[in-house]
Amino acid sequence: MTDQQAQTPLLDAKGVSKRFGAVVALEDASLTISAGQIVALMGANGAGKSTFVKILTGALKPDTGHVRIRGTERRVGSPAEARRSGLVPVYQEPSLIPDLSIADNLRLGDTPVADFQHWVHELGVDGLHLDDMISALPLATLRILDLARALAVKPDVLLLDEMTAALPTDLVEKVLDTVRKQADAGQSVIYISHRFSEIAEICDRATVLRDGATVGDLPITPGVEEKVVELMLGAVLDKDPTRTSTAAHRPEGMPRVTVRNLAAGTKLQDVSLDLYRGEVLGVVALEGQGQDQLFDVLAGMDSPTAGTIALDGKTVSFNHPADAIAAGLSFVPGDRADGLLMERSVHENIALPQLARFAKWGAIGMKKEAATVKKAIDRLQIDTRAQGEVQRLSGGNQQKVTIGRWIAAGVDTLLLFDPTRGIDVRTKRQIYLLVRELAEQGAAVLYYTSELAEVPAACDRAVVIFNGKVVDVIEAADADEQTLMRAAYGLTATAAVPA
Amino acid sequence: MTRQLLRHGWTAGLLAILALLFVFTKIIQPDFGTSGLDSLSRAMLPFAFATAAMAVVVIAGGIDLSVASMMAVAGVTAAVLMDGAGDGMTVVAVVIVLLVGLTMGAINGALIVVTRVPDIVVTLAMLYVWEGVALLILHAPGGSATPWLRELIVGPFIFPWLPRSLVFLAVCLVVVWVPLKRSKLGLSIYAIGSNDLAAYRSGVSVGRTRIAAYAVCGLFAAIGGLTLTMSTGNGEPIPGPYLMASVAAVVLGGVVLGGGKGALLGPIIAVIILRLVRMDLTLMSVDPNVTTIVEGTIMVVVVMFGGVLAYRGRHK
Repeated sequence: MTDQQAQTPLLDAKGVSKRFGAVVALEDASLTISAGQIVALMGANGAGKSTFVKILTGALKPDTGHVRIRGTERRVGSPAEARRSGLVPVYQEPSLIPDLSIADNLRLGDTPVADFQHWVHELGVDGLHLDDMISALPLATLRILDLARALAVKPDVLLLDEMTAALPTDLVEKVLDTVRKQADAGQSVIYISHRFSEIAEICDRATVLRDGATVGDLPITPGVEEKVVELMLGAVLDKDPTRTSTAAHRPEGMPRVTVRNLAAGTKLQDVSLDLYRGEVLGVVALEGQGQDQLFDVLAGMDSPTAGTIALDGKTVSFNHPADAIAAGLSFVPGDRADGLLMERSVHENIALPQLARFAKWGAIGMKKEAATVKKAIDRLQIDTRAQGEVQRLSGGNQQKVTIGRWIAAGVDTLLLFDPTRGIDVRTKRQIYLLVRELAEQGAAVLYYTSELAEVPAACDRAVVIFNGKVVDVIEAADADEQTLMRAAYGLTATAAVPA
Repeated sequence: MTRQLLRHGWTAGLLAILALLFVFTKIIQPDFGTSGLDSLSRAMLPFAFATAAMAVVVIAGGIDLSVASMMAVAGVTAAVLMDGAGDGMTVVAVVIVLLVGLTMGAINGALIVVTRVPDIVVTLAMLYVWEGVALLILHAPGGSATPWLRELIVGPFIFPWLPRSLVFLAVCLVVVWVPLKRSKLGLSIYAIGSNDLAAYRSGVSVGRTRIAAYAVCGLFAAIGGLTLTMSTGNGEPIPGPYLMASVAAVVLGGVVLGGGKGALLGPIIAVIILRLVRMDLTLMSVDPNVTTIVEGTIMVVVVMFGGVLAYRGRHK
């Protein structure tokens, strides 16, 4: 790894801040990069990384601070301008137009075709024709084409956002090699990745964001991972324990849900887990490691490409969410809007999943329905002043409705996907308590959360998924954030060290 | 690649249907010949331009419900300007009408881009606005069209079987569409219809492209309005039945509602098919009320068939 020192920084972002209404997304973010350097931009979920990227690429304007390229202030209104000013991003989702051919896509962005073809060849993709339609090509190829397109315009700074996600191993090697070689030839790169091994392999420095501010800028040396994880976490806050019993639930007997070697979509590769009645099993994963597909498959919304699911030891396959619901698996989606009828009342929303049940004895048993729903509302402490329309409730109360409907229905197995995203601390605690109570009543709960700090509070055990595979199973009681973060980043998690 | 095949396959399929329909027409009406072809082509003209107008915005991922109203504005503008005008003034009038069309379309597009109100709502509102404008210009049918301009779409061209109106249509479409499709603007129109985020990230100015697409829509609508005045000889302020007919032809022509796919040739062939079906049903003296049922059924069946083909193509 070369260690070229900065002359004039090629790109220099300083004191960048951005707020959306009352939410401060960026406080004081900075990043400098010199010719020929590869700088890793790192930060945990919610650190402001994606907002910072949007500002660097010109999709957003900063409130304060500046972004300079080659010393000149950049007033960016659009990605088109950002391109001209020398910063070219390659996003996680390919930005090629699906209904146009490769050639037309190149023409659209004024990409020199010969250079593009050179890079495609260099990156190890062969057998493409320029008149192939983008929509007919596999995702991995598209990502390579996107990278080749960016390299072909010879940008001052190349920004790679999770470039190696969804790529097969041989292509990953090619990409890393190519990027490093280009850097040695003077190309500057901002490299965003969750994978420490790649960062160690090709990056010169790491800039770490936390809570919207740049908190560190470290040269990559052996063992720097520990330091980066520490910086990403910051001071660990005291957490009130929410678990009612200190002893973790001991799994016993037949697992309620047995998942073996499950694969689906492009991201979920090989996941096996056992979920027992009476326990809350956490799922720990960085964004986009395949957890979405895992939940989709379990909820009957997607079909697996490999592997099996068994309930109480009996293999099942779902063709429709109704099959999963009938089998007792209740899914609470991460996006509340996906699960609720926003224009209808709290009452109707809670009653909806059990209509079938009430109706079993003929007409809908209005009285029985009303009583069950009333009980659930009381139990959840939902603020009912605005119960006429769910959309008028606060986010936290909406989320309680999504969980409450399953409590009223009498839940057997609950699949919670990031239930506490974007809601306040008090409501979060109510949700942990609810979930624990459900488990104690004998329900099996699978709980994915994007906030690592929740795992010890809400779960008994946690499986760690990285790159579509289960890499670790952790006893939640002794899982501090550092252990979890290390595991989530795929760092070899040796025996968890209690904090 | 399958999709590309499919796109041309779709047009080829439409041509086959068209050929069959002509044969069928000749069978039920043995004296169907050059004059029949000529009147069919002339009757089809405003429909064809309305369809071209609609196709452009649908490819760009939008829709324009005000097409028929814009045609009315263009038609009455032409009739008023040409009333008693000489040759020179007629040319000026045509240019003005085309500019009026471009402007109306650009206003539609700009309103959508600036206000961020959904296109279907904006153009529904503009449907009434342009209708009102047309009535202000001419509150009852009136004005006139310069005779030599009217001659452009009457009678045969070189060959006795080739209607002038068809040549007129082809020339107008080719002059506007071919350079557009080859330009970066044309590519951008397809791009924003296909995936506007990817287009934005590829450096396309999405807002400007959308306004341009609506402006081209307005231009085609203006030519359509002009042909109305040319064929009837006066201006008609009340919009004709061109809105739904254009949407139908666009869909039947292989342009996907939602954007990104399709071209102009398919929809134009679809217009001829729909007109021909209507003519045949009239020739067979089918109840006019049944005629609309048959038209609707054809659309559903053909589009469903296309959906099945596309699905098969993807899953092979």
